[in-house]
Amino acid sequence: MPGAILKVEGLNKSFGGIKATDDVNLSVEENELHAIIGPNGAGKTTLIAQLSGQQMPDAGRVIFRGRDITRAAAHRRARLGIARSFQITSLVMDMSVLDNVALAVQARHGHSFRFLRPARKVAPIRDAAMAYLAEVGLEDRAERPTVALSHGEHRLMEIAIALAAEAPLLLLDEPMAGLGAEESARMVALLKGLKGSRTILLIEHDMDAVFALADRISVLVYGHVVATGDPVSIRGNDAVRHAYLGEE
Amino acid sequence: MDIALLVLQTLNGLQLGLLLFLVASGLTLVFGILDFVNLAHGALYMLGAFVCASLTLATGSFLLAVLLALPITGAAGYVIERVVARNLYQRDHLDQVLATFGLILVIDTLVHILWGPEGMAVPLPDILEGQLRVGENFVLPVYRLVIIGTGLAVAAGLYWLVNFTRLGMLIRAGASNRRMVSALGVDINTLFTFVFALGAMLAGLAGMLIAPITEASIGMGNNIIITAFVVIIVGGIGSMKGAFVGALLIGLIDTLGRSFLDSFFELFMSTAAAETSAPAVSAMLIYIIMAAVLAVRPQGLFPPKVR
Amino acid sequence: MAGLSRTALATIVLLGLLAVLPPIFVWTGNAFYVDLATRLVILGIAATSLNLILGYGGLISFGHAAFLGIGAYGVGIPAYHAIFGGFPAVASFNGFFQVLLSTGVAALFALITGAICLRTKGVYFIMITMAFAQMVYYFFVSLSTYGADDGLVINMRSEVPLIDLNAPLQLYYLCFASLVAAMLIVRTIVNSRFGMVLQGAKGNPERMVSMGYNIFRYRLTAYVISGAMAGYAGALLGNFTTFISPDMMDWTRSGELMFMVILGGAATTLGPVMGATLFIVLEEVLQIVLDWLEPVAEPAYTALTGRDLQLEVYWHLPFGIVLILVVLFVRGGLMGLIRGRRD
Repeated sequence: MPGAILKVEGLNKSFGGIKATDDVNLSVEENELHAIIGPNGAGKTTLIAQLSGQQMPDAGRVIFRGRDITRAAAHRRARLGIARSFQITSLVMDMSVLDNVALAVQARHGHSFRFLRPARKVAPIRDAAMAYLAEVGLEDRAERPTVALSHGEHRLMEIAIALAAEAPLLLLDEPMAGLGAEESARMVALLKGLKGSRTILLIEHDMDAVFALADRISVLVYGHVVATGDPVSIRGNDAVRHAYLGEE
Repeated sequence: MDIALLVLQTLNGLQLGLLLFLVASGLTLVFGILDFVNLAHGALYMLGAFVCASLTLATGSFLLAVLLALPITGAAGYVIERVVARNLYQRDHLDQVLATFGLILVIDTLVHILWGPEGMAVPLPDILEGQLRVGENFVLPVYRLVIIGTGLAVAAGLYWLVNFTRLGMLIRAGASNRRMVSALGVDINTLFTFVFALGAMLAGLAGMLIAPITEASIGMGNNIIITAFVVIIVGGIGSMKGAFVGALLIGLIDTLGRSFLDSFFELFMSTAAAETSAPAVSAMLIYIIMAAVLAVRPQGLFPPKVR
Repeated sequence: MAGLSRTALATIVLLGLLAVLPPIFVWTGNAFYVDLATRLVILGIAATSLNLILGYGGLISFGHAAFLGIGAYGVGIPAYHAIFGGFPAVASFNGFFQVLLSTGVAALFALITGAICLRTKGVYFIMITMAFAQMVYYFFVSLSTYGADDGLVINMRSEVPLIDLNAPLQLYYLCFASLVAAMLIVRTIVNSRFGMVLQGAKGNPERMVSMGYNIFRYRLTAYVISGAMAGYAGALLGNFTTFISPDMMDWTRSGELMFMVILGGAATTLGPVMGATLFIVLEEVLQIVLDWLEPVAEPAYTALTGRDLQLEVYWHLPFGIVLILVVLFVRGGLMGLIRGRRD
């Protein structure tokens, strides 16, 4: 497809006897917000891991902007323009909130083999990091140690770090995991604001959020994509309803 | 190439390899099942040697001394497990490394206090002192054959224990799933204490076997522990099979290297250059091998299946 | 915040004492303490270098003493040839040349072994660093020219312009100045952009990788810098003791360095120096206490074993017990001290 920024072809991954990813084919359009939903254990995080490079598939291809990145190392994919947030919050706990985002900004500014100037005094990096924190509403928490923040604020930090990468493709793994109603609404509003300016692949359980945000939805069941389409058609899809029977 | 020398050194290499296996097996057993890095394992090797030496002097019989020293070493292992190790199973490996490092200092000093700074020679009974004639050209020291035989017997015994007994099944199960084994009503604490004491006895036995050849000395534990680490790194940490293969490999390479590397070097360098470089390179040989193995297989030759 | 922070105050006090006490020791006839101070300061440099990779980088390297030893031989071997002849390319008393050799070879060793070790994690990393250090130990033991395990005695210290290293106070101040420089260097590196990446990789390597950092390269660089600095400390050590032996790089020395870094306060600028001080003080105090107890214990000991008792030699016993107790009872363990987590 012409506008596809990400193409996944015949992806397969097994762990021991369990097939976590079963012949997955996916095509993500540039600047769309594409949601991936599915019951627990469907293999959503494993799929994301193979896209971001933490895991390597057994078979199949991952093509990003026309380039085969199937075997590329994770840090290389980050440099090519894929940013990821983690389902289980993955931050540098000992450092401040601003330090975390600043590291993400710093990664974009060439290499970091710079030994002299104190990093915290490099204005372009600090200012940019503050801007991203402001975008997610955490600017007044900037100097706090990350470990002191609430879970909801950690999830927002994950988004800020993903944004700081200025990556054309964002892989967001359950950004709303563990959030209360008010925090979820805040997150949905934030993501809505990001729509259209970059491509977002969103894994989520929160159905209200998914149907409010997604341009298209793919449904993953037992590692296999059973349906792809716009929210209306997915809602009415029998196979999807069958998979979710008793779930929601 | 002197064939007799080659045979003798191969035998020596096998002997070293089997002794290393005795030490490494305990180390890898404790690490594989208890997830515990025991730096003080070498100290138990040394303790076995000293206890055996004293008992040989006291009883006049080396064999009797070994039989008595084994349970004593096991008891030492038991004490260490109960007092120190048990509290560290849940801790980071670094904590275990530093605590057992402290333990080495304590044990080394205790040995120094009790036995003095000098090493202790261990006299062998006459039957073991002799030599065996094999064919026309080969004369092999009996004691070395005894060590090799003992090593192989213990290896076979361990293999039988781990693969064919209920205890071995528990040990293997304990390695892969502690909670499951506890849930089955098996006292995990006793199991772990037993494994630890077994490891201690294996190390102690190795010390007892080598003492008549090299003397019981205070530094011996610290030297052997690093070599044992190299063995289990090469073999795969947590794997008995890896410990066996790794130990034989390291034992043979080290022994043959020290004897024949200068001859080997002479094939493509001057005699003078070979003679200067060979000792240094052979001293580093097993570490170079370790680095080479890691470059190709970072998890070792026979890594155990992941939990 | 008015006035100085506690850390700054402690730094000033400790460094101030180290700056001011040695001449006082000499004037009061306690020249022995200058030797103690010199050793403390040199170990402080080594511990500071280890702190870069251990405290700030989270790399549990148990082989750091190897760099110290290499550095010491970097002074010993040229001096040996200058005295006894042979190997003209290397024979020299020139301080700059020796330091270049010490730091250069140490850095090279760090580069090669680091490239291998840093591809492993956890307990493998600890064991491999120990193994490489032991390899260096055996290498030097095999060099019979340089005394093998009996070691090397050099009777002349390095020649440097303006300073006479044979004068204890001048040697001391060179070492002290080096310590201050080392602390400043590590502090600068740690706060730089490079340092941020290193610390981030300690806290959450997966996160750093997903941001696009090739953390292997940063860690290797830190490892080489750390090794070079320890090599320099070794050069000072060789000059100080004038007796250079493979025992300097025995892996148990590495354990002592780790003790200094972790208990003094990992990931702080002053910590390693505090740790070195703690170690030296503990060593001295334990020896004094044991020495004091000796007349009490000797009669019984000699009766039992027929040997003389030299109790102070056994200070490793209480030291080992202290170490075990600290590991068992410090909350969060020593790893917790490294992580600096206030849980």
